[in-house]
Amino acid sequence: MSNSDIIINIVRFVLLIFLQVMILNNINIAGYINPYIYILFILLFPLDGDKGLLIFLSFLLGLSIDIFGDSGGVHAGACAFIAYIRPIVLKYSFGVSYEYKSVKINKADAMERLTYIASLVFMHHLIMFALEIFSFKHILLILKSTLFSGIFTIVIIICTMIIFNKKS
Amino acid sequence: MQQIIFFFIRNKNFLLFAFLFIISVGLTIQTHNFHNNKFISSANVVSGAVYTFRNNITDYFTLSKENEQLLQENLRLRKKLAQFRNSFDDEVLDSTVLPSKFKYYTARVINNNYSKSKNHLTIDRGKRDSIKIDLGVISSKGIVGIVSDISANYATVQSILNTNSRINAKLKKSSHFGSLIWNTEDPNVAQLIDIPRIAQLNYGDTIITGGRSTIFPEGILIGTIQDFHLDRDKNYYYVNINLFNDMTSLENVYLIENTEAEEIIELEKRVENVE
Repeated sequence: MSNSDIIINIVRFVLLIFLQVMILNNINIAGYINPYIYILFILLFPLDGDKGLLIFLSFLLGLSIDIFGDSGGVHAGACAFIAYIRPIVLKYSFGVSYEYKSVKINKADAMERLTYIASLVFMHHLIMFALEIFSFKHILLILKSTLFSGIFTIVIIICTMIIFNKKS
Repeated sequence: MQQIIFFFIRNKNFLLFAFLFIISVGLTIQTHNFHNNKFISSANVVSGAVYTFRNNITDYFTLSKENEQLLQENLRLRKKLAQFRNSFDDEVLDSTVLPSKFKYYTARVINNNYSKSKNHLTIDRGKRDSIKIDLGVISSKGIVGIVSDISANYATVQSILNTNSRINAKLKKSSHFGSLIWNTEDPNVAQLIDIPRIAQLNYGDTIITGGRSTIFPEGILIGTIQDFHLDRDKNYYYVNINLFNDMTSLENVYLIENTEAEEIIELEKRVENVE
């Protein structure tokens, strides 16, 4: 990780938290659908970065969102999980080339990129809603929220990536 | 020994993850417990300041509606005051010693959730404004929730739209008691359970707080009956209630302090201990 990478990631960390708690947590389409695009930080974290560091930072990221949302540790848990599982997802979405560190998420094939984003987003949402609702009685509600919020998140994440890609 | 160390080094990422995940689950479970959610909450300096900042901006969008509501409330209170004056006529009354055991405070909602299953609000009053845990929170239209955590300048409120919330409520008409809960489906509809079968229910009947708790005085408005059916055992009604309050747009709220709450709780505890 170079110095500029570190600065970019710090700025991204703070900006995404603010964006999430100030605007995106209040969208509430149809009463409960919100995009959770702050996990963009975890998706875009440098591939050659330290894995332990990523897990710890993701936990902090989720915890910040939890503090603002009074939700205990649901985001923190979900974030730590997808940070831990990210190398495995990278391997099955980008194939072996990931191992040689030759992949750039922004330049990868669209289908591979979608697999990567969708897997992590759905895993994150599933764990988050399961922890938040915390009862087997409402399993349908968990799946429903995961599906709709997940689709919303994926669309917005892809849009964000496209917009910021063109600038650079 | 060496093998143990190697094991830790090899699995350090998993162990780190497992450790952090257990902490998160612990924090999550803690919030399910009403009196324990003190560790992580939005009643702290940083998030309080951020929410105040946001609210200073978004406040302007709802100003006209809020004004309208406050005007209406003023009107209602004025009418009551007029009646009150009439009934006492010329009797001299010192208004500072009116016999009421309830104290009221005002507050502004700076953050409001209603899309989760356990919702909280954050308000801009805290310990310094002599707010305490367990004060009741209402708006001009009806019940909102109960203060669950406080910091110096902010407090979080457990909304009635929270699956942990259970508030004593009754039918205005016949005074049959039940508990107000929420089934997470609609932010404008709450549920009343444990109403005995003997009670006569009609669509549109008014539900108010019961006054059997030390938190809310009797008679705070809650909502009207939308529909009802008997539960599985056929002994109690399960009633859907249309809330008077629009829980999705709250700005100004009032906090109610029962000055005799401590005395009542202490007394009840003593009785329990004796038994």
